[in-house]
Amino acid sequence: MVNARMKKHRSAVKRILDYIGAYKWLVLFSLALAAVTVAATLYAPILIGRSVDLILGPGQVDFTGLLSILKQIVMVVAITALTQWLMNHINNQITYRVVQDIRVKAFNHMQTLPLSYLDSHQSGDIISRVIADIDQFSEGLLMGFTQLFTGVLTILGTLGFMLSVNPLITLVVVVVTPLSLWVASYIAKKTFTMFKLQSETRGELTSLVDEMVGNEKVVQAFGYEDDAQARFEEINQRLRGYSLRAIFFSSITNPATRFVNSMVYASVGVAGAFAAIHGFLTVGQLSIFLSYANQYTKPFNEISGVVTELQNALACAARVFELIDEPSFIPENSDAVDLKEADGSVSLDHVAFSYVPEIPLIENLNLDVKPGQRIAIVGPTGCGKTTIINLLMRFYDVKSGSIQVSGTDIRHLTRKSLRTNYGMVLQETWLKSGTIRENIAYGKPDAADEEIIKAAKEAHADSFIRRMPQGYDTVISEDGGNLSQGQKQLLCIARVMLCLPPMLILDEATSSIDTRTEIRIQKAFAKMMEGRTSFIVAHRLSTIKEADVILVMKDGHIIEQGTHEVLLEKQGFYANLYNSQFAV
Amino acid sequence: MKRLLRYLKDYKLESVLGPLFKMLEASFELFVPLVMAQIIDIGIRNRDMSYIMKMGGVLLLLAAVGLTCSLTAQYFAAKAAVGFSTALRNDLFRHINSLSYSEQDAIGTATLITRMTSDVNQVQSGVNLTLRLLLRSPFIVFGAMIMAFTVNARAAMVFAVAIPALSLVVFGIMTVSMPLYKKVQRQLDTVTRATRENLTGVRVVRAFNRQESEMARFEESNGQLVRFQVFVGKISALMNPVTYVIINLAIAAVIWISGKQVDAGIITQGETVALVNYMSQILVELIKLANLIVSISKALACANRISLVFEQETSIKDPSKEDGGQAAASLKDVPKVQFNHVNFAYKNAKADSLSGIDLKVEKGQTIGIIGGTGSGKSTLVNLIPRFYDVREGAVLVDGKDVRQYGLSELRDKIGVVPQKAVLFKGTLRDNMKWGRPDASDEEIYHALDMAQAREFVDEKGKGLELSIEQNGRNLSGGQRQRLTIARALVRNPEILIMDDSASALDFATDAALRKAIQEGTKDMTVFIVSQRATTIRNADQILVLDDGALAGLGTHRELLENCQVYREICLSQLSREEVQ
Repeated sequence: MVNARMKKHRSAVKRILDYIGAYKWLVLFSLALAAVTVAATLYAPILIGRSVDLILGPGQVDFTGLLSILKQIVMVVAITALTQWLMNHINNQITYRVVQDIRVKAFNHMQTLPLSYLDSHQSGDIISRVIADIDQFSEGLLMGFTQLFTGVLTILGTLGFMLSVNPLITLVVVVVTPLSLWVASYIAKKTFTMFKLQSETRGELTSLVDEMVGNEKVVQAFGYEDDAQARFEEINQRLRGYSLRAIFFSSITNPATRFVNSMVYASVGVAGAFAAIHGFLTVGQLSIFLSYANQYTKPFNEISGVVTELQNALACAARVFELIDEPSFIPENSDAVDLKEADGSVSLDHVAFSYVPEIPLIENLNLDVKPGQRIAIVGPTGCGKTTIINLLMRFYDVKSGSIQVSGTDIRHLTRKSLRTNYGMVLQETWLKSGTIRENIAYGKPDAADEEIIKAAKEAHADSFIRRMPQGYDTVISEDGGNLSQGQKQLLCIARVMLCLPPMLILDEATSSIDTRTEIRIQKAFAKMMEGRTSFIVAHRLSTIKEADVILVMKDGHIIEQGTHEVLLEKQGFYANLYNSQFAV
Repeated sequence: MKRLLRYLKDYKLESVLGPLFKMLEASFELFVPLVMAQIIDIGIRNRDMSYIMKMGGVLLLLAAVGLTCSLTAQYFAAKAAVGFSTALRNDLFRHINSLSYSEQDAIGTATLITRMTSDVNQVQSGVNLTLRLLLRSPFIVFGAMIMAFTVNARAAMVFAVAIPALSLVVFGIMTVSMPLYKKVQRQLDTVTRATRENLTGVRVVRAFNRQESEMARFEESNGQLVRFQVFVGKISALMNPVTYVIINLAIAAVIWISGKQVDAGIITQGETVALVNYMSQILVELIKLANLIVSISKALACANRISLVFEQETSIKDPSKEDGGQAAASLKDVPKVQFNHVNFAYKNAKADSLSGIDLKVEKGQTIGIIGGTGSGKSTLVNLIPRFYDVREGAVLVDGKDVRQYGLSELRDKIGVVPQKAVLFKGTLRDNMKWGRPDASDEEIYHALDMAQAREFVDEKGKGLELSIEQNGRNLSGGQRQRLTIARALVRNPEILIMDDSASALDFATDAALRKAIQEGTKDMTVFIVSQRATTIRNADQILVLDDGALAGLGTHRELLENCQVYREICLSQLSREEVQ
């Protein structure tokens, strides 16, 4: 398992590098700038040290030398500032562009994923991959860019500069430093268990809050408030203990490493002073060491932070790549043709289908639909009525048998042309955030205003649209939040009305629409269906009775098929369903 | 924020000692450059090895004392912060439990959950950071300046110039970039929305073959995000270089001035080094301070959001808690439930959701309520357990205004089956006992029988030990609905309210359920809200609502005769013969 994960990480690294590769010149430039920045940053203390050596005592100050060194300091500082800014800017550019490339790729890939994948994965999970994971990844990448390389360079550079000044004292620094790292990692290990306990208890608390606050109305209806409070306080009390320890132990890290740092500083001070007495070191050089000793351990701490961040980023990237690697739907057949104008005949020939191979769902379904016929699909909720829609629209492919439209197997048609020939109104009304106009013209973006208004009128939507604050230009928020369910449904009908393809798939609303709108929707449906082959997921007896064929579904199977009269005579499930409505 | 501060009251000592020890630590840190100056000026100059060792020892001592102080400070800060958040959480949870439906609707449960969890955590770490660091950084900055003045006033003047300049740059860049970061966040939200929309509408997108334009739109809004990010990045990337320039120019100035002072014999070489060190210390602390302010302002924003929840007072006052409660002498020979000229409006709504409702329901009657969405059906039944208060008029139970009952006394009489079938994590028995904590297994089974739930419970073979996952995920919608009905029946309530709670049941089960309830609960007054005409057609009284007003009241037959809306509803669902 660990091995597999390592492998995944390694391949993720390789792919990230591929994405970064597109900007390799920028990367190289950034690295060069980093080198210059680090060198200049490290050179400044040396100049300062030298200047200190020119200030020995009363009457022993070399002002001309001092002035020239100070000029150099100003120069070096100016260069550092410039390169540093430029480097940061370029790093930003690289990171955000790489992230953009990956995100766009992920989104575009989403468009080609088969519905079987999208239906079986929570949309929240996919969204968090495309948004949160990529965001986390970008942060890690940016930090990696800015701090990893400069950190390593700083450590190496500091060692180099120190060695060039005085190898002996460098030794002192090198010997004491690992102590700081050891202390930090020791504490991190100790606190890990505490953090784990803390986050587990936090999770426990969150799920209780989720359950109780999320269903507060039920809690109050049953007077469960006091019990909930007692349960909450018990968990909260435990959390308090764990949190205190987790926070305290983790907050030791900083003072502890600072203590080690102070030890380095003191050692350098003492050793440097001895060396100075023996003439191996000037006071200025001592000050160089002191300033190095102060900042030397900083990159170590930073690097360990960067490494955790990078690991995290890598894990996120791996999750995104997982999404990108999901196989796309089966490509179009090479001989796939465009379906021009369907005549409206549909036939299902020995169709079998199941979502999970072990659980057969539709078996040997035969149906011959003549142009202009109405097919009603009925059955209890959750019986798999939408499966039929999925197959007709070729959101899913049949397992065996075939579906033919205008006499051609739909697998030999392009998906695009097949779907253009269907108009679909689903019960879960989906609208885009945008204007009402844009939404109606969703299937025909180049439609003229008159066409749009005509479609809206035919869908009985024109009157309420006109009453909206900006009429057709009213912006509807995400998921049509500012519209009623019925109004949304009417807009969806108008959307189809504008294209009005030869075949229709309609999903009658079960409930939740007020009577008057309901009647309008019925009228609009009737208008649409005139002379068109229609498949209707039906809940209304009137619709069902007028259908040419009724498909009765139960638990995913089609158990009966025929007209209303035929099915009633059969005394089967349909008859039962029909009669049960008047039982009491 | 102020009202949250009282949760620190029990930790006064810790809240004072924490920052205090932190400042002690900082002062020890401030002595280090001076000690170093002594080493240079006395130790090296006089070649005094033992003095140097001694001063080295002093440095270690300072470090050790600093460490002790720091640890003490961290401990006190952690204790205060954790104690604070624990008390805050308990109170917030209690407060949320006390909010009535109106306030819950106004705030939204998702928001309440966020306040309760991540916001409280943010505030906790904000308190912790504040106690630890907020005083420390300014203390070191000003301490370093004061120390510099004790060394040499002339050279220290550089500090007096550099510190304001640095603060200006650090906080200036922050003020400019923080709103820009918010803009980035908003754009990220737009990108998220585009993704979510695309996923939820995937069938429509594909049915209309709009994948390409979706991709183009996404790329455009993501491109905008990148432009924002790069722009903000450019500004915040200024922080380090600019502060670096200022600090080093200041150091150069300090050296130049010190050079003159040393030349004149006023200060020593070692003191020059000390001045330079002080300058470096300041930079580090200012950057820390800037980061700290970002975290604290985040925590403050969270604290404000939490305060807003606390400010939301419940609109439903429980009389039993206000004035000791009144004796609940139920009157005889009065209607069980009565609505007197009830008008009701949701909070902040412009129009009434219910207007002019008059209704009398006798004990043991079944009342059907029908009407379109938004017609006020659920609203009406929610007034009976006093989940909302009427705007005008009164709702009476057993002849007494519901506002005069103690809340628990009133609600104990009523069993509610909510629209959303909610079950809780635990065993089936735990869930059923929500209805009545002392219910026996026998009583529970009786309720399951009536709710048509016995069969599938038996099928699962676990009896009442059947474990139920959060939100009842391991059950189907219909099963959940039947269990929520059973839960209400366990109470053996005087009044049963079923709010469209049989929608996931097939017609046959629905019918059997109604029959069982009718036969098994002779004295129970039952309210059934439904969209289905068949469900309520046999009720003793049917209430037809249209847009919040009473459109009809009577039996099925009476209403068919004289209620236009009722006829429309029936005809849209049933054929003409069936209606008759």
